[in-house]
Amino acid sequence: MTNFLKKYRFLMLRRVSQIGILVLYFSANAYGFKVLTGTLSSSLLFGVIPLSDPFAVMQMFAAGAILGADVLVGALIVLLFYASIGGRAFCSWVCPINMITDLANWLRRVLLLDKTEKKVWLGRGVRYKVIVLALILSAFTSVAAFEIVSPISMLHRGIVFGMGMGGAAVLSIFLFDLFAVKNGWCGHICPLGGFYSVASKLSIIRVKHNQPNCTLCMKCKDVCPEKQILSLIGKESGDVISGECTNCGRCIEVCDDDALSFGIRNYINKNG
Amino acid sequence: MSNLDSKKPVITKRRRFLSVMAQSVGLSALGGMVWTGYIEEAKSAPLILRPPGAKPETDFLRMCIKCGQCAEACPFDTLLMAKPGDKKPMGTPYFIPRDVPCYMCTDIPCVPVCPTGALDEESVSSVVEGEKVLDINRSKMGLAVVDEESCIAYWGIQCDACHRACPLMDEAIVLEYKRNERTGKHALLIPKVISEACTGCGLCERACVTEKAAIFVLPTEIAQGKVGGYYIKGWDPKDEKRLENVSTDVATRTKRSELAPQDYLNSDEVLFDD
Repeated sequence: MTNFLKKYRFLMLRRVSQIGILVLYFSANAYGFKVLTGTLSSSLLFGVIPLSDPFAVMQMFAAGAILGADVLVGALIVLLFYASIGGRAFCSWVCPINMITDLANWLRRVLLLDKTEKKVWLGRGVRYKVIVLALILSAFTSVAAFEIVSPISMLHRGIVFGMGMGGAAVLSIFLFDLFAVKNGWCGHICPLGGFYSVASKLSIIRVKHNQPNCTLCMKCKDVCPEKQILSLIGKESGDVISGECTNCGRCIEVCDDDALSFGIRNYINKNG
Repeated sequence: MSNLDSKKPVITKRRRFLSVMAQSVGLSALGGMVWTGYIEEAKSAPLILRPPGAKPETDFLRMCIKCGQCAEACPFDTLLMAKPGDKKPMGTPYFIPRDVPCYMCTDIPCVPVCPTGALDEESVSSVVEGEKVLDINRSKMGLAVVDEESCIAYWGIQCDACHRACPLMDEAIVLEYKRNERTGKHALLIPKVISEACTGCGLCERACVTEKAAIFVLPTEIAQGKVGGYYIKGWDPKDEKRLENVSTDVATRTKRSELAPQDYLNSDEVLFDD
């Protein structure tokens, strides 16, 4: 049992965080338990601290909006937190879509789909192009372009205010990730993930690799949703410095050889 | 041999770069077109009623971050967040007065919580004794319109349900007395909406007794026409003020309009020229 707990410690913590945040949002609307009101787009913590989605705010600027101070302060708080400390943790610790795509990913491994499917080519860089496209379209249509189609908001708003046909969008992402492209949505297309990848390039919480302990079993690369970031595995000790790392901690859990851990980024000694 | 070599196209770094860029442009064009098509379609839902203090629709769509804090603050669950399938701009707040109208809370809880200013506190505030206070009566969510044919008061049946439901009774809805020509001895008590006072809360629509409401709220710009600068109420000094800003420029220019009226009216040629 303790072994099980140790093997899934970050996964369980992440689910507690993801579901806990959803419960807080939900109960603010349903029961008036106002700790965290609003949705992931913009919310109020403890009735005082504004929190807003910086990517949404960027699109709204592109759409030509003149915005109130609350939303700007909120976006700045969120941006600063992820950019300096959390890294791309939004994706694996907060975003509700992560649970959907993790489920697809798990089923993929169980059904051995990786071994049998026809590979569909889709670059990891698509998300950055989607960001640019979202900003251009926002300017053209005078509406925050990704916000109006975002399955993240659809699912999250759906849980807080009622789903409607939003389930269809979520299902399509699930099917896409399960049958079409591994980590298709979160790891290739989602511009919000792309935005946090760029924004959190310099954040300080990082996965660290201790190369001498590594036995090259490659379990970490199997389980990593962004495996291109683990290029240093077995080659050199150091920090996983790519902004695309979501700090989910799965690689640390599956490593039986104590070769991976969370730590503070070593800025002083580059060879750390 | 050397001849063959020179014919073989050289793939330079520059060529590869440009080709990859062009590929992105091609894919983005297709994706962008589908995406834009969806957005434009979603935006064109003109029959939507917004919360109190909402900016004009174009600005509102720009500024609303779709967080739902207004809907959460609403104590009557009047405000809904547009779900996929509602055929309204996704995630934006709206209300359906026949189901749940706006009950016009005097503290307007939905407006101050808006983080972006899409719901503008200024537009629902007034100054009382030098102090700015919230004033829900200033809100303009829409305008109530009466369908004379299905309103039973126009038939001569006594009904003033909308008039009584109106939170601005005798200001936003007044009863007009008219002689009932059919019976010759009764009065018609006809509801009339005063557009300047109507807030569009929809309590009248909710109260209407007919199967489908005979009085209903429409977004103001859809419910109202616009006279423009050509017609002025000469008997109304307030309306006459509009003349101050009216341009005297004539929009249509023909050969005839270059002449003074007495010139062309006195001459056959120009009159029948074209």
